[in-house]
Amino acid sequence: MSGQLSARPVPMAASSRWSLLVARLDRSAGAVFILPAVLVILIFSIFPLVASLYVSLTRLSFSEGGIHLTFVGLGNYAKLVVGIDRTHFIGVTVPLTPLTAAVLFVVYGGFAFLLVRYLRGPGRTVLGFVGRLVTAVIGGALVWLVVDTVMTSGRPGTLVVTLIYVGVDVSVQYLLALGLALLVVQRLPGRRFFRVVFLLPMMITPVGVAYLFRMLTDTSKGPFYPLWAHFGLTDVSWVTNPWGARLAVMIGDVWQWTPFIFIVLLASIESLPVELNEAAVVDGANRWQMFWAITFPQILPATSTVVLIRLIEAFKIVDLPNVLTNGGPGTATESLTLHAYTIWRALDIGGSAAVAYMLLIVVTFVGISYVNLFRRRVTAMA
Amino acid sequence: MAATRARRHRSYAINRPSPAVTIVSYALLVAWAVVVLFPLYWLAVTSLKTPLDVNGGPFYFPFRDFKPTLESWRYIFVDLGEDTFRPYLNTVVVGLTSTTITLLLGSMAAYGLVRMHYRVRFAAIASFVAGLVAAVAVIAAGGPWQLALLGGFALFLLLLQTVARRFKRALGNDDIAFWMISQRMLPPVAVVIPIYIFFQQLSLLDTWAALIISYVAAHLPIVVWLMRDYFQSVPLELEESAAIDGASRYRIFRSIVLPLAVPGLVATFLFVLVFAWNEYLIALFLTSANAQTLPLTVAAQNATRGPQWWYMSVLIMIMITPVIAMAIALERFIARGLLVGAVKG
Repeated sequence: MSGQLSARPVPMAASSRWSLLVARLDRSAGAVFILPAVLVILIFSIFPLVASLYVSLTRLSFSEGGIHLTFVGLGNYAKLVVGIDRTHFIGVTVPLTPLTAAVLFVVYGGFAFLLVRYLRGPGRTVLGFVGRLVTAVIGGALVWLVVDTVMTSGRPGTLVVTLIYVGVDVSVQYLLALGLALLVVQRLPGRRFFRVVFLLPMMITPVGVAYLFRMLTDTSKGPFYPLWAHFGLTDVSWVTNPWGARLAVMIGDVWQWTPFIFIVLLASIESLPVELNEAAVVDGANRWQMFWAITFPQILPATSTVVLIRLIEAFKIVDLPNVLTNGGPGTATESLTLHAYTIWRALDIGGSAAVAYMLLIVVTFVGISYVNLFRRRVTAMA
Repeated sequence: MAATRARRHRSYAINRPSPAVTIVSYALLVAWAVVVLFPLYWLAVTSLKTPLDVNGGPFYFPFRDFKPTLESWRYIFVDLGEDTFRPYLNTVVVGLTSTTITLLLGSMAAYGLVRMHYRVRFAAIASFVAGLVAAVAVIAAGGPWQLALLGGFALFLLLLQTVARRFKRALGNDDIAFWMISQRMLPPVAVVIPIYIFFQQLSLLDTWAALIISYVAAHLPIVVWLMRDYFQSVPLELEESAAIDGASRYRIFRSIVLPLAVPGLVATFLFVLVFAWNEYLIALFLTSANAQTLPLTVAAQNATRGPQWWYMSVLIMIMITPVIAMAIALERFIARGLLVGAVKG
C-alpha cells in the first residue's frame, strides 16, 4: 500500500521517540484509513451470507425436540425455476406472438450491434468481450422474460414484477430529482423553503409511508373519493386491477425516494466550481448548452453512484406492496423480497433463503454490469 | 474573505434566472411541493380526527368539515406515555450514535479509497476463503464455534504467509468499493436470522449496542460510496502543498479534506440518520421491550380491527419533527461557494 502523494513529511526532531511514532503511523496511513470499515463490513457480511446460503440448501422441519434442518441440495432453487413455485417466481410464460417476436428482434438486434461495435472499436480485450457477451445473454434472457409475461396473455411472477418496479422507479426518480435539483440551485427567493420541503418524504419511516398511501388510495374514505365517485369506481377497490395496484406501489416509491437522489445531486451541483460557468457566460453560452456541456458531465460520477445505490435498494422493495396491497391481487404486486418474506412467515425458511439468494444473484449481475459498462466509463472521463 | 464574497456575487449573477424562467420555475416548484405536502397535510388532519370521522369518508378541513379533537394526541402522550417516550429515546440515541460512527469510519475509508492505492491479492482472498470454509466445516460438524473460528483464522494466516506469497495478481480500489456496496444486495429477510443468532451469542439482544453495531455495518457502504465522490472533487494541489509543509496524512484529512467536503458530509449525515431513524426489520428482530424503536411503535398501531390511522398519524408526525428540524438547521451547509477561492489558478 502506498500513497499517491510522493511528498513525505520530514520529522522535525527525528531523535524524539514521539515523532518516530508519528512517522510510522503516517507510513501506515493507508491501512489505518480503510481497515476499520473493512473489518466491520467483513464481520457483519460473511456470517449472514454463509448462514443463509447454508439454510437455502436445507428444509426446516419441526420434530420432537425442536427444529431440524434437512439437507436438500439445490431442491429449493429447482422448485423456483422449474418446480411448483415457477408460476409464483417466474410467472406464466406463453409461446411467442408476433408482437413479442418483433420487440425481441429489435432488442437482440441492438445487443448484437453493440457487441459488433465493441469488437471493431479500439481498446477491445478478450475479457471485455466475454463480459459483454455474458451480460448480453443474461440481459437478453431477462428481457425475454419481461416481454413474454407482460406483453402477452402470460402472467409476470415476482422476479418480473421486481424488475418492473426497479426499472420504472429508478428512472422516474432520477429524472424528477435532476429536474428539481436544477430548479432549486437557481438563485430564486424562497429556494431554501423548497429544498427542505422536497426532502420531507424521505424522512418518514417506510412502514409509515406504506400506511399513508393505503389511506390515500382508499376509494371510499380517502381524499380522492370525489375523483373515484366521478368515474363510478367507489365500489370496485381500484387495487384489484393488477396494473392499477402496481402503479400505486410505484407512485408511493417514487414519492418517497426521489428526495434521496435529489439531495445527492443537489450537493454535487453545489460543490462544482463556478469558474467554468462564468467562462461559458462570457463566451455567450445559453443555459441549455451550459447544462449539457458543463454541469451534466461534472455530476456524472455522483449520478452513477446514486443510481447504483438506488438500484440496489429498489430491488429490496417490500413495505409498500406488503402494506398497500398485501402483494395482491393474487401475486400481481409481490416483489422478490415480499415473496421471500411471505414464504418465510409460512416457516419455509429454506425456500425463503433460496429466493433471497436468487435476488442476490440478479442484483449482483445488474450491479456488475452497471459498474463495468457505465460507471467505469463515467469515472474515467471525469 | 473579500475575494470570496466578490466571487459569490459573480455566481449569484450567473444563476439569476430571467423573468420567464422564474415564473416557470416557480410553477414547477409549487406543483411538486403540493405533491409532497398534500400527503403530509392529510396526515396532520387525520391526527385531529376521531375514528368515526376517519371512517366516515373524506373530510378535508378542520372546523368546517369536522370538529378537530386532540384525543389521539392525548392517547399517544398520556395513555401510552412511557411506551412512547422510551422508544423515542432509543431512536434518538441509536440514530445519532450509529450515524456519527458510520460517518467517521466511512469517510476515512472513502478517503483512503480515493487517495491511496490498495492491492488485495487474489491469493490472500483465497486463503481467507479456505480458512472460512474450514471453520464452517468444523461448525457444521458440530464443533464449538469459538475454536472453529480460531482454527480458521490460524489456517488463513498460515496460507497467507506461505503459499499466498507466490501469487501476485491483485484487486484494486474499485473492486474493494464494489465489494463493500455488494453487502447491501442481500435482502434483509435473509440477514435478520443470522444477525439475531450473532447477537444472541454475544448476549446483546434488546440493547442499544446491538442496534448501533448493526446500523453501522449496514450503512457504511453507502457512506463510503457517497463520500468518495465528494472527496474526489477536493483539489489535490491543496493536499500536496500541505504535505510539503510537513502535515501528516491524518492532519491533511482532518484540517483540509473534511472541511472542504462539508456539503457532502452534511447530505450523507442526513440520510444515514434518516435510514437509522426509520429502520424497521432489524429493529423488529433485535429488540423487544427495552431497546424498541419508533418504527415498531408505528407498525404496532395496525391492530386486529385494522390500522388505527389516527394514532399512526400522530406517531409519524412526532417522529419526523426532529429530523425536519435537523434538515432545516443543516440545509445551509449544502450550498455552493465553500470551495470557491481555495485554489489559485
